[in-house]
Amino acid sequence: MSEDVILKVRDVYRTYDIKGGLFKPASTLTAVKGVSLDVARGSTLAVVGESGCGKSTLARMLTMIDAQTSGSIEIDGLPIDISKTGISREMRQKVQIVFQNPYGSLNPRQKIGHVLEEPLLLNTDMPAAERQDLALQMLQKVGLLPEHYGRYPHMFSGGQRQRIAIARAIMMKPKLLVLDEPVSALDLSVQAQILNLLADLQDEMGLTYVFISHDLSVVRYIADKVMVMYFGEVVEYGTREEVFDNPQHDYTKTLFAATPQADIESIRKRLAAKAA
Amino acid sequence: MSLLEIRNLRVEFDTAKGPFRALDGVDYLVDAGEVLAIVGESGSGKSVAMLATMGLLPDTATITADKMDFEGLDLRSLSAKERRKVIGKDVSMIFQEPIASLNPCFTVGFQLGETLKAHTDLKGKQVKDRVIELMTSVGIPDPGGRVNAFPHQMSGGQCQRVMIAMAIACAPKLLIADEPTTALDVTIQKQILDLLVKLQQDSGMGLIMITHDMGVVAETADRVIVQYKGRKMEEADVLSLFENPKNPYTKALLSALPENATGDRLPTVSDFAEAGGF
Repeated sequence: MSEDVILKVRDVYRTYDIKGGLFKPASTLTAVKGVSLDVARGSTLAVVGESGCGKSTLARMLTMIDAQTSGSIEIDGLPIDISKTGISREMRQKVQIVFQNPYGSLNPRQKIGHVLEEPLLLNTDMPAAERQDLALQMLQKVGLLPEHYGRYPHMFSGGQRQRIAIARAIMMKPKLLVLDEPVSALDLSVQAQILNLLADLQDEMGLTYVFISHDLSVVRYIADKVMVMYFGEVVEYGTREEVFDNPQHDYTKTLFAATPQADIESIRKRLAAKAA
Repeated sequence: MSLLEIRNLRVEFDTAKGPFRALDGVDYLVDAGEVLAIVGESGSGKSVAMLATMGLLPDTATITADKMDFEGLDLRSLSAKERRKVIGKDVSMIFQEPIASLNPCFTVGFQLGETLKAHTDLKGKQVKDRVIELMTSVGIPDPGGRVNAFPHQMSGGQCQRVMIAMAIACAPKLLIADEPTTALDVTIQKQILDLLVKLQQDSGMGLIMITHDMGVVAETADRVIVQYKGRKMEEADVLSLFENPKNPYTKALLSALPENATGDRLPTVSDFAEAGGF
């Protein structure tokens, strides 16, 4: 295969033990069942599914928050298995994550400058002055101003906070960025701004995205490849065109049918059906 | 006569920095059997308007209106006690977070029954029968068993069905749904929207859908009001709004939909704000 694959996941499982109670025996829950995927450098893979389908568990494993139970993950040629080897600084620099809720993912008592510098403080030996320079540059890169450096998270709107979260994630110049529903909590117009920002950053820094979402219209806009998950399993995996134009699995078809249609034809059809 | 007629509604909140005007002179008219969608971003005042109608705003809010009639009854002059006879019975509301809207300490059957006890003469067994009937009508499987379930034992979609059952318990004339599907998955959203539209058509009640999702508007509404920063930007029937939006803000909102993307970049509302001057 000539494609430059940056993220290689093979047959990954994740099981959680559920503690038994007085009347309930202990059991295990398999959140992710044998997921395999390849992501080419500089491309975007969208992971789609409902709550409880294991898409966030997958994100946690890719970002080394959680260890996989079995299977292999390889990011930029570096095998990841944190339950056996732990996490090195090198691994940390490969991958970063942006969470869904920009209100919850920033510490309210930490100034924005410190938020941005913390990854450098923890993972590099960079002197303070250099860290500050980098943080200021990064603020501008994500469309904020240098004077925002000393402010606290509560002084920002949801869209601005998501910009800060993105800035923090790219401070380490990662190769891979995992975006866990980065625009679901945002208004439509702010969503458009953030999606534009992500597209710009991808061009500029050659980033690879794993974009987790339940919103198919966003996925269709941003993804190169699409993976649909259902109860921990991959039920559909292919290029955007393959999945959207010719969905194979019943669940994918249900998902498409359930997505509200905002085009004029469907409105006309609905009104006609209602009048009849 | 309209079911709900509100003229020139203003809502101000007292804040430490002086009064903040959340809603500035907006009219709302809803007829029986009509689905009105109020669409806007956060801060547009879409929820505030309906909370003001329901009398659910905190004391810091000052509500003024030239007219605020529900079926000819002036809502402004009602005492809290009189208002409670209307609210929950003839006008009811469902909210965004179904799990947070239910009391975790009581079974869903008990909570449904409370509405009936407050507004109807039903007693004992009759209440229980009606509760099961309601739960059946909103499509909860095994209603006889689920009556005794607590909210945490049900999924988000099921809880929203319970909320809908509660809202329609007394056959309201007007149902206000404040972002009823925002917290739910797409497939569940479809079921809930279908259910709401079906109930509305069967009973002929008026339905107000508050939402920020243009897809939901397209799927449910007859008429649409677009709001921005407490002002009404545009009011039109659903087809002409999507086909031929007049207001620059509506245009901006529609073109920011990812499915309408034409080029590499999505147009944002601020691109339009400069050109349209709103």
